[in-house]
Amino acid sequence: MTAPPMLEVNGLTVRYGGITAIRSVDIKVRRGEIVTLVGANGAGKSTLLGAISGLIKPAAGSIVYQGKEVAGVQAHRLSRQGLILVPEGRRIFINLSVRENLILGGYFRSRDAEFGRDLERVLATFPRLAERAGQPAGTLSGGERQMLALGRGLMGRPKLMMLDEPSLGLAPLLVAEVFKVIRRIHKQGVTVLLVEQNAAAALGIADRAYVLETGRVVLSGPGRELAADGRVQRAYLGME
Amino acid sequence: MNLRDLLKPGPLPPAIQSRRRDTLLTIGACVLTAVGLWLLQAHTSGYVVHMACVGALFATLAVSYNLINGVTGQFSLEPNAFVACGAYVTALLTLSPAEKEASFILEPLIWPLSAFSIPLLPALVIAGLLTALMAFFMGFPVFRVRGDYLAIVTLGFGEVIRVVANNAQSVTNGPLGLKGIPHLTNLWWSWGLLAVCLFCIVRLVHSSYGRALKAIREDETAAEAMGINAFWHKMLAFTLSAFFEGVAGGLLAHLITTISPSLFTFFLTFNLLIIIVVGGLGSTTGAVLAAFLFTFGGEWLRVVEEPTRLLGWDIPGIPGMRMVIFSLILVGVMIFLRRGILGRHDFTWRWIIAVLGRGRTRS
Repeated sequence: MTAPPMLEVNGLTVRYGGITAIRSVDIKVRRGEIVTLVGANGAGKSTLLGAISGLIKPAAGSIVYQGKEVAGVQAHRLSRQGLILVPEGRRIFINLSVRENLILGGYFRSRDAEFGRDLERVLATFPRLAERAGQPAGTLSGGERQMLALGRGLMGRPKLMMLDEPSLGLAPLLVAEVFKVIRRIHKQGVTVLLVEQNAAAALGIADRAYVLETGRVVLSGPGRELAADGRVQRAYLGME
Repeated sequence: MNLRDLLKPGPLPPAIQSRRRDTLLTIGACVLTAVGLWLLQAHTSGYVVHMACVGALFATLAVSYNLINGVTGQFSLEPNAFVACGAYVTALLTLSPAEKEASFILEPLIWPLSAFSIPLLPALVIAGLLTALMAFFMGFPVFRVRGDYLAIVTLGFGEVIRVVANNAQSVTNGPLGLKGIPHLTNLWWSWGLLAVCLFCIVRLVHSSYGRALKAIREDETAAEAMGINAFWHKMLAFTLSAFFEGVAGGLLAHLITTISPSLFTFFLTFNLLIIIVVGGLGSTTGAVLAAFLFTFGGEWLRVVEEPTRLLGWDIPGIPGMRMVIFSLILVGVMIFLRRGILGRHDFTWRWIIAVLGRGRTRS
């Protein structure tokens, strides 16, 4: 039962100038899991995802993805190996059309029939995007933008998809919609590493979860177990 | 669109049909332009022909500069360096050994350059390639920084080239410059270069690379996360634009026949920057349009500096008045068309046909 994990982070430390953002963090993601990172603002969640995806250079520690050491490897190389980040705040290309955004998501892939099928599948998954395929992405609403960011990520054929705050700034109904989509993506065989402030929803769908506080992992365990933990309830779920 | 779709029997799919139509229209427009140029050559003064050449060369410069500044969104300020490089290299290669000996009076020209001269075409190609090579090596330090810092570093490089041209007397003849460059640039050279430049850059912008360049302009970090190697894409745009700027510089030298370092100051870059901003950053057709407006506008506005009789009043000509009016026009454009004449849009055949079709149904 001990298959090698898809992603293993050991002793990862990231500094911005003299400030240590995350300190000696260990996390593990197994194939087929949904793993959640919860934590307050500034706990280092986005920094951790940035370092794993290669956008930020770690100061120390190792990141092993699919059996290979990838700490310090540039982001554009990692995304080719199926390690795809859907960044915080969507970061879609607002002056390009919805279709162009999706095509860019699979930039490094060859434009074969499979590419066309994937594009059609994404458009079928998100009918709103299909309706607006020719429009500039800047004309989309917040929820639609998040769907576009997810669809763009899917076009890169992710094996491990890292989602940074996908529910940020969305109305409750749309938050539920986003989590439904994340479940669907997971069912298609994609491993998911999820960063969320909406701890209740995130712990609800997670197989396992980590709690980050000021750059360190302070708690970890199965999602349900953490959701029942008194400390987590008080700090993140607003329960007394 | 792959080969199998093309070979299928029956009518062609609409995407290919409209692409074929666009190609035919483009070829037609090129032929019309060529006929127009021929008429211009045959029936107008040398002055108009000269201005048409200047316009085409500035359009080439603006389109190339727009590739890195507008399409890729890397705010850089070095085209004067590339134009200078192209101009000096081409001039040194085409000047005859006798001319060179007569020009270099303070310090003789160094050996291999002093002994030979070659025709214009190979000289232009060599100048373009050398300028692109310079851009390639410049790109390594330059693209380590972004935004304002990029502008400052490239501005520095632009100045360095001018200082080198002033001081490397045994190659550039220093502040004296190069004189007696053969007047070889004509309408065909300048407009031919514009056509080749437009063909290459429009094809690039509409390819998958072009899409990636725009993605880098929009959000470089997101583009990197998407698998786009931002550094090498910027290098591609930078070296390609340097190549065309170098060749255009070479033709400019053979149009005005005298070059000196004072021609290639930051003001050249500044003028090009005005052109691409007025045309609309990121719009290739906007850059062409603005380049011609800029070149010819300055000439048309000479009228306001001549003494005239208006409503019974004699108004004396005021020298410099056209620059005042020109500035007012620029201010007006920036107030009313904040993203330039065309914004980020381009003229496309589909758009033109749609506009014409609308006119027809209305009448």
